Amino acid sequence: MAPVDILQRNNVVVTGNPDGRTIVLAHGFGCDQNMWRLTVPALVPEHRVVLFDYVGSGRSDLSAFDEARYSSLDGYADDVAEICTALDLTDAVFAGHSVSSMIGVLAAQKAPERISALVMVGPSPRYIDDGDYFGGFSADDIDELLASLEANYLGWSTAMAPVIMGTPDQPELGDELTQSFCATDPAMARVFARTTFLSDSRKDLLTVQVPTLILESAQDVIAPRQVGAYVHAAVAGSTLVTLDATGHCPHLSAPEATNQAITAFLATLS
Amino acid sequence: MTLDPFEAAYDGAPSGQLTTELDGRIVLANSTLLSWLGRPRDAVVGKLRFADLLSIGGKLYHETHFAPLLQLQGEVSGVALELRRSDGTRMPVLVSSAVQYDDSGVPALIRTTVFDAQLRRAYEEELLRERRAAEAARSRLQAALAVLQQSLLPATLPTVPGIAVAAAYHTASIDDLGGDFYDVFAIDDERWGFFLGDVSGKGPAAAAVTSLARYSLRAAALHDPAAALSTLNALLHERYIDGDPRYCTAVFGTLRPDPATGQVAVRFASGGHPPPLLIRADGSSEFLQSTDGTLIGILPDSQFPLTDVTLTPGDLLLLYTDGLTEARVGGRRELYGPEAVQELAAQYAGLSPAELIRALSEVLTSLGPRPTDDTALLAFGPPGPSGRQRGA
Repeated sequence: MAPVDILQRNNVVVTGNPDGRTIVLAHGFGCDQNMWRLTVPALVPEHRVVLFDYVGSGRSDLSAFDEARYSSLDGYADDVAEICTALDLTDAVFAGHSVSSMIGVLAAQKAPERISALVMVGPSPRYIDDGDYFGGFSADDIDELLASLEANYLGWSTAMAPVIMGTPDQPELGDELTQSFCATDPAMARVFARTTFLSDSRKDLLTVQVPTLILESAQDVIAPRQVGAYVHAAVAGSTLVTLDATGHCPHLSAPEATNQAITAFLATLS
Repeated sequence: MTLDPFEAAYDGAPSGQLTTELDGRIVLANSTLLSWLGRPRDAVVGKLRFADLLSIGGKLYHETHFAPLLQLQGEVSGVALELRRSDGTRMPVLVSSAVQYDDSGVPALIRTTVFDAQLRRAYEEELLRERRAAEAARSRLQAALAVLQQSLLPATLPTVPGIAVAAAYHTASIDDLGGDFYDVFAIDDERWGFFLGDVSGKGPAAAAVTSLARYSLRAAALHDPAAALSTLNALLHERYIDGDPRYCTAVFGTLRPDPATGQVAVRFASGGHPPPLLIRADGSSEFLQSTDGTLIGILPDSQFPLTDVTLTPGDLLLLYTDGLTEARVGGRRELYGPEAVQELAAQYAGLSPAELIRALSEVLTSLGPRPTDDTALLAFGPPGPSGRQRGA
């Protein structure tokens, strides 16, 4: 694919300070790059910020969806590596929410010259309990999630495209941009859900050799504290910050604390 | 205890009502919701978060979709979730939430309404089952149609000594059978037969006529082309005289290569078909339409006059169905048209039939998401002597 196609395919948006260090913000399973809406303003003065949508999410090119490619985290990591190459990034920081934390680990393996630090927001290398490992979910739980995606199959695809209220202070995030976020194609969302919640990236964590910040919410059913501790122990030299936040999206529910932790981490990078 | 009318309306509403802090902690719940949950008020209010009321799948869905949407846009409506009742059963609900702001516009609380969706969910599940069944049936049908369509076309074109041949078939819809057909085959040691045609209509009925036309024309190939089309005409007319008239257009012809000169003598007849396009090696071109017969199968005694033309090395003869000339340009009303075909084809003078077919196929692909009609393309000619020929 030509670079321009990759940028269109993943709806890549580049903003911020062109002279600053690049930070790539990757959304997780669920919505799209709008999830970083409250993070971007804190980063743009000093950093070049790259946002994108995974294929099948947001305003990505849905015709590029390939079930086989996106049935493993490797496929998503290939996309990230391709985006980094298309933008010719070097020494970028990759910040991933949720499953994107693990995609970032894989992308850093694929393109070590391009990604030199990781930020993980609510990471979990494996959601399903496995012997002594506590992931927080049983295999049945995950089946139930897949079923509840199914239950929204009818409503979600049509009625659920949300009519968003414009944000007066950020008019650029108006209707058109945001109308379809979270209203992913149900068939593609199922593939992403299965790939996400059935993945096991525990071994990959051991390969991380770059400075890594782990952010967790104090209360998060998807990535509980035990999982944050596991990731912290597995990634050598990582920093773990527990945010006074509830839910799986601290960058939305506690944006100030999240932004502060990220900018403090960025300041420690040479 | 006497409730004021507003409190009574809230508490006894036919929907569940819930107020939570921004982090989901429940500060108020009405009796309807508590009775659905089967839990006493003091086990819920001040104790649980909204997500705690949900099934595990619902919790995950809440975290990955519902909560972020609510945080981003201040309200979410009509999301299907399941409540977990105290007896372990699940209750399908539809949930709408809105953030309430304080006087200075800062988010303060979340108000949530929960609708009983048991009947609706049962209906949706029925729809979903039907939809899956319909999708499965559709893909089985598509597979069957693809096999059937393939059976109406030659698996491969034969190698004809002294003549290069190329063909293509573009399907307009994978949900229907097209009625276009073509073939190239040996008649005897000296002659080769070819035909290309278009049956009226689409679908299985058209496919039956296509099959009949193909095999009749092959069987009648020993006669001259006009007689072969007359045979098909009589057959179609007789068979479809009642009720459901079926007809087709076709060009049928023979090729006689002359190894000594490299020339090919072409003799063909046409029954109401768009005229073949002759592209001479020198770049000149013309539609061979002087002696066009009537549609095949309409009248009992149609005549199909013969046309003779000699191809010299580098010349091409292009046969096509109206899917090519009537393709919509850019999805508009405007048609691609014979002039555009001629203009493009003239650029392939002296090149191989395969290159011409490839170029026309690209045009068809580029003209829009899908052409509206099926298109069959067949081109042949004795290879040119010059270096312009770039192989088959």
